[in-house]
Amino acid sequence: MRHHFAPLQRTSALWPIVLAVVLLGLVAGSLVTGAANVSALDLFRRGESGDILLVSRLPRTLATILTGASLAVAGVIMQTLVRNRFVEPATTGTGECAALGLLATLLLVPGAPLLAKMAISSAAAFAGTAIFLALVSRLPPTQPLLVPLTGIVYGGIIGSISIFIAYENDLLQYISVWMNGEFSGVLQGRYELLWASGAAALAAYFYADQFTVAGFGKDTAHGLGLSYRAVMIAGLSIVALITSFTVLTVGMLPFVGLVVPNIISRFRGDNTKETLPLVAILGGALVLASDLIGRLIRYPYEIPAGTIFGVLGTGVFLWLLFARPARRG
Amino acid sequence: MIEIENVTFHHGKSPILKDVSLTIKRGGITALIGPNGAGKSTLFALMARLLPLQSGKISFDAMDIRQTPSRELAKKLAILRQDTHVASRITVQDMVGFGRFPHHQGRATSLDHDKVQAALNVFDLADIAERFIDELSGGQRQRVLVAMAYAQDTEYLLLDEPLNNLDMHFARNLMHQLRDLADNHGKTIVVVLHEINYAAAHADTIIALKNGEVAAHSRTDEFMTEEAISRIYDMSVKVKAVDGLKMALHHV
Ligand SMILES: Nc1ncnc2c1ncn2[C@@H]1O[C@H](COP(=O)(O)OP(=O)(O)OP(=O)(O)O)[C@@H](O)[C@H]1O
Ligand SMILES: [Mg+2]
Repeated sequence: MRHHFAPLQRTSALWPIVLAVVLLGLVAGSLVTGAANVSALDLFRRGESGDILLVSRLPRTLATILTGASLAVAGVIMQTLVRNRFVEPATTGTGECAALGLLATLLLVPGAPLLAKMAISSAAAFAGTAIFLALVSRLPPTQPLLVPLTGIVYGGIIGSISIFIAYENDLLQYISVWMNGEFSGVLQGRYELLWASGAAALAAYFYADQFTVAGFGKDTAHGLGLSYRAVMIAGLSIVALITSFTVLTVGMLPFVGLVVPNIISRFRGDNTKETLPLVAILGGALVLASDLIGRLIRYPYEIPAGTIFGVLGTGVFLWLLFARPARRG
Repeated sequence: MIEIENVTFHHGKSPILKDVSLTIKRGGITALIGPNGAGKSTLFALMARLLPLQSGKISFDAMDIRQTPSRELAKKLAILRQDTHVASRITVQDMVGFGRFPHHQGRATSLDHDKVQAALNVFDLADIAERFIDELSGGQRQRVLVAMAYAQDTEYLLLDEPLNNLDMHFARNLMHQLRDLADNHGKTIVVVLHEINYAAAHADTIIALKNGEVAAHSRTDEFMTEEAISRIYDMSVKVKAVDGLKMALHHV
């Protein structure tokens, strides 16, 4: 759509490039950071150092990027479809419902294949989010903060149900792993599901314009011939898949889906086709940076990436709430 | 041709539209007027299927709206709602560009770009094309929404109070643009107007709704009488001819 405005085309092409360079720098940092002394070039050599990279550091780096990118994308989808800047899988009960679904599979069908477990967990996340949306559709649109507040209470209730069930069945440690995202346990062979999460985020790109139009509101979307319901279902499915993949592999990382889309929206607006790639790259970069900080700050001990992101994210978010949006043109 | 047959609509128990039947011929501008709460916006919402029909039938040419897929309907008619509130941070150019969405579903061609550019030029938006719509004045935002409907380039155009927030320059300009669309591009335009003199000056036909019923449907010059206007708005209004055009003196 930039067709007639060449100058802007150049500046908007700059953003993904700058972000991608930052991301690459972080990747290099992540590969060389850790107890054993290896350099990124060892990746191409044989021997113990190369193994550490392939088995542990590279998977961990990829896992943080995939998690950050897809959670940020899930956040953008939710914010666009719900037309509220404060929703994301962690403020709408989506994460808690995915965990409850996983818990159910552990108890009811412990022998089921991974794929079936994922399907049940995603379905629970989808249903839980749909119920939440039906609940908040009655809230007054003049009070946007009521939506995430309701969501946090709603998520809290679902979370307590999970904890109660887990406590009764001696499965509490699972809940804590699912709800607290961190990457220290990521090894080759134990993170690959996140590629599916990344694929779901990629699928969102093909719906980008549909999401943007749905974000104009139901009436405007209908006026433009959009099948609003179908787009809602597609969007929520993507969000549910991303959430349950993340919960199972590395655990829920709150704030990513909230902070990243808001930063991009400030500077680049809400045209999803343009912003989705930026959101994904920034999400990956920020989560990787958080993980890296967590690994360095009390070296050789680790602070979970989720904790670091929570601290940084809250700061950034407060700044966003109170600073004026960037003007364009 | 728009055919509205025996349309009745209730919100809960209260009747909003009572057995409305209207035929609007192809081409030309029809002004839809009437007091606040008469049911004008409700009728529009039914026509564009933003509200479900409860009884009766509405069709555009041979196209019965109940049997038409959404996308086909969006290529047949564009609607500007009275209270459109878009909260997204979208640039003016992108927003107008989404008027082409029914045609390209996300894959814009150079034809789409040309139509968007034309809409930006017609409504004097080219200078602010890169601004986000949440940083515009009320009138500028209104022009963006009108331009979006214009870019949708449909045979039928339903505009609910498009003159909202527009200064007299842009208001007259918009009416001239509508005239041009009707006269030179064969469009059929139905427009809700509160300032009766815009209808008097630019519309071919006037339809008046009152209390959910059709209170008048006639050629503009026939409609513009003290009796008709006073009856519809429950106030006495003088009508005077100025340069051969009948004008209502309702301000004093
Ligand atoms: N959601 C709703 N629930 C109940 N009543 C409604 C609703 N929307 C509109 N109404 C009522 O329907 C009637 C017609 O409303 P409508 O918006 O069609 O009027 P209008 O002719 O467009 O008025 P205006 O000139 O003020 O825009 C009004 O009496 C209004 O109070
Ligand atoms: Mg109205």
